[in-house]
Amino acid sequence: MTEPLPRLSRRDLLRLGLVAGPASLVAACGWDGGPTLEPRLRAFSRINDWVSEKIFLSSSRLAPEYPVSARTPPRDFPSYSITRNDTGSFPALPASWSLEVGGLVRKPLRLTLEQLQALPRITYTVKHHCVEGWTAIGTWTGVPVSVVTQMADPRPEARFLRFDSFDSDYYNGWDLKSAMHPQTILAYGHNDRPLSILKGAPLRLYAPIKLGYKMTKYVTKMTFTAERPGGYWEDQGYPWFGGV
Amino acid sequence: MESAAVPRPAVRRHHGLVRVAHWLNAILLLGMIGSGLQIYAAFSHFGIRGRPFPLPNPLDGTPLPRWGKLGGWLAGGLNWHFALAWPFVITGVVYLLFLTLSGEWRALVFRPRDLRPALQMQLYYLGLRKDHPPQGKHNALQKGAYTFIVLLGALSVLTGFAIYKPVQLSWLTSLFGGYELARYWHFVAVWVFIGFTLLHVALVFLVDPASLRAMITGWYRGRFPSHD
Repeated sequence: MTEPLPRLSRRDLLRLGLVAGPASLVAACGWDGGPTLEPRLRAFSRINDWVSEKIFLSSSRLAPEYPVSARTPPRDFPSYSITRNDTGSFPALPASWSLEVGGLVRKPLRLTLEQLQALPRITYTVKHHCVEGWTAIGTWTGVPVSVVTQMADPRPEARFLRFDSFDSDYYNGWDLKSAMHPQTILAYGHNDRPLSILKGAPLRLYAPIKLGYKMTKYVTKMTFTAERPGGYWEDQGYPWFGGV
Repeated sequence: MESAAVPRPAVRRHHGLVRVAHWLNAILLLGMIGSGLQIYAAFSHFGIRGRPFPLPNPLDGTPLPRWGKLGGWLAGGLNWHFALAWPFVITGVVYLLFLTLSGEWRALVFRPRDLRPALQMQLYYLGLRKDHPPQGKHNALQKGAYTFIVLLGALSVLTGFAIYKPVQLSWLTSLFGGYELARYWHFVAVWVFIGFTLLHVALVFLVDPASLRAMITGWYRGRFPSHD
């Protein structure tokens, strides 16, 4: 028990290298998995989508609300649009904009902003979770997607919702369970004012149970589908469900 | 000094399941850290936008080197992280189940009675005590380290869930002080893991190189063969 501490032998160093070498290679070079692994990782992400919807998501649990005083100052609350990123100017509002509700429904609809504003509305001050990791607090006002859904009367085979926009080719696919959540709204108001073009005017999807990239801005169309629609970022590899 | 001519008797040290869990965990943890840093790099700050954050982050805004990240970009990092999280958690749970059911936990869990021996070990390492204190399979400091690292793993997993589903698991998230703080503890755990691993590997080679072979073959022929 009184032996001197052994010194590192050449063999030990070799062993250390054998362990550390492959280990550091795994993480090396910002590897995305390559053409073999990357698609498998995306496929695996579908399992997490399933778990997120079936196990974690509650249809009735509400995201916590915050006092108006907790709002993030507008200059600190980031927003972006694909069109603005690409061209520098905001997406152009189509002439005579109205929301089109269609797909697997019995009563296809076209709703103007005034008609949407006449429907039951809710307002909440909630935390926004961006996939990048930042959070911000804001107030949103709008009509629950469930209200519009009831009016359109979807067929039983409708299982997903696709939201299209006039922001380049931005769109999102949603599971119905998330879309019917009481806090999932088509928002036309932000922080006691009409929604600004920065935040997706005239109408955007908002839900404190989803990551920011799931909340389609500049919405034009709501389509009920049997097949799972993708999404602008989702098609590039972001998790499809994106629930928080 | 022992004579090199007399080989030390080999003792059975690690169950196969423990060895597989150990090496699997080493690889998975590396992947979790690499992909986690890739995710962190998308927003390398803490706290709600526009509000000061009460805790320090010496790495605030510092770009991380490419070699330290896994996934190529944010989406790749997320997919790696959420895929590796499964085997990482399963390995941990199987390991803990094994320790519990086999009784092996007795040789590993640090208990109050290990406090005095831990102090003696520390004195030995500092050169303030000449002879190596008697020990079982592991000395008291090792017990402390291996208990601590399991708790750190649990903290990582729980804070991970807390920031994965801050609304659905809001009770868990608020346990860590809310989303922003949970994300902070999740990040701090990374550096503690890295520090632990460096120290762990250094001690293996400096104090007991035979323990490396034991973690590979299961048989130990080193200087500390005693068992509980």
